[in-house]
Amino acid sequence: MMEFLAMGGYAPYVWGSYLVMAGLLVVEMLQLRFRRRSLMDWIRRMARLRVQEENQ
Amino acid sequence: MSERGIQWFRFTAPANFYDLAGRLIPWFAALTIALFGVGLYMGLVVAPSDYQQGDSYRIIYIHVPTAWMGMFLYVLMAIYAAIGLIWRIKIAEIMAKSIAPTGALFTFLALWTGALWGRPTWGVFWVWDARLTSMLLLLFLYLGYMALHAAIDDRQRASNASAVLAMVGVVNVPIIYFSVHWWNTLHQGASITVTEAPTMAMIMFVTLMIMVLATWVYSIAVVLARARVELLERERTARWVQERLEGERR
Repeated sequence: MMEFLAMGGYAPYVWGSYLVMAGLLVVEMLQLRFRRRSLMDWIRRMARLRVQEENQ
Repeated sequence: MSERGIQWFRFTAPANFYDLAGRLIPWFAALTIALFGVGLYMGLVVAPSDYQQGDSYRIIYIHVPTAWMGMFLYVLMAIYAAIGLIWRIKIAEIMAKSIAPTGALFTFLALWTGALWGRPTWGVFWVWDARLTSMLLLLFLYLGYMALHAAIDDRQRASNASAVLAMVGVVNVPIIYFSVHWWNTLHQGASITVTEAPTMAMIMFVTLMIMVLATWVYSIAVVLARARVELLERERTARWVQERLEGERR
């Protein structure tokens, strides 16, 4: 296991590449999910307001 | 009147695009996980060390796919931008805008992994050779496209102006591709070409192709997901949006 993590002495370069890529892809997906959720909440709130106005 | 005549245009209608993309995304997401799983296992565990570069060569399993995707996504973005500019197809404009962040991300990752590969292999993180410099220019083109989109308030004008930038910038992609032939670069030439057998071991080639496929399906899933959000933002007052919100979870 330690041998695997050491990557033949190139650990900082190999893991520095793979982990940064993994991290950035996760950030991209989370950012997209957050953006979608806040937009959905906004649309729902507007729909509720419209219903309230129609009922008054 | 028969509706059959307009069937070809069905998926350009916003609501249909939204539904189709929503059905496709889970499949591409599942494929992404499977391909990255197999590709990472083969690239980091199964494939042997390189006899010259040791284990540092394993960086190419993400360097090459991200570089290819960065270039390919730019061409695709320019094509969608052109279609949107010429034929005023809303979905094409949305696709162009949705591709940009993912393309920029992959271009950045190609530069980043290239620097981390170059340090142990060439002795330097960065040189101003033709391949590296033109790739950096690609990143700036992506960022410029996104900044221009964000800087103009009027949606149609933003779309038109950034479409022109995307189309002009596409000239950079063949420059990147042929830079290793046209100039003396520190960057090596292509190991994989359409016309000749790859100059690398079979296990390495197969692993690389799996990683390329993984970045492909990841890009498709994430760009479609972003296009759906863009579409919702533009059409948030439309009736089809209201209809779909009833049945959909958060």
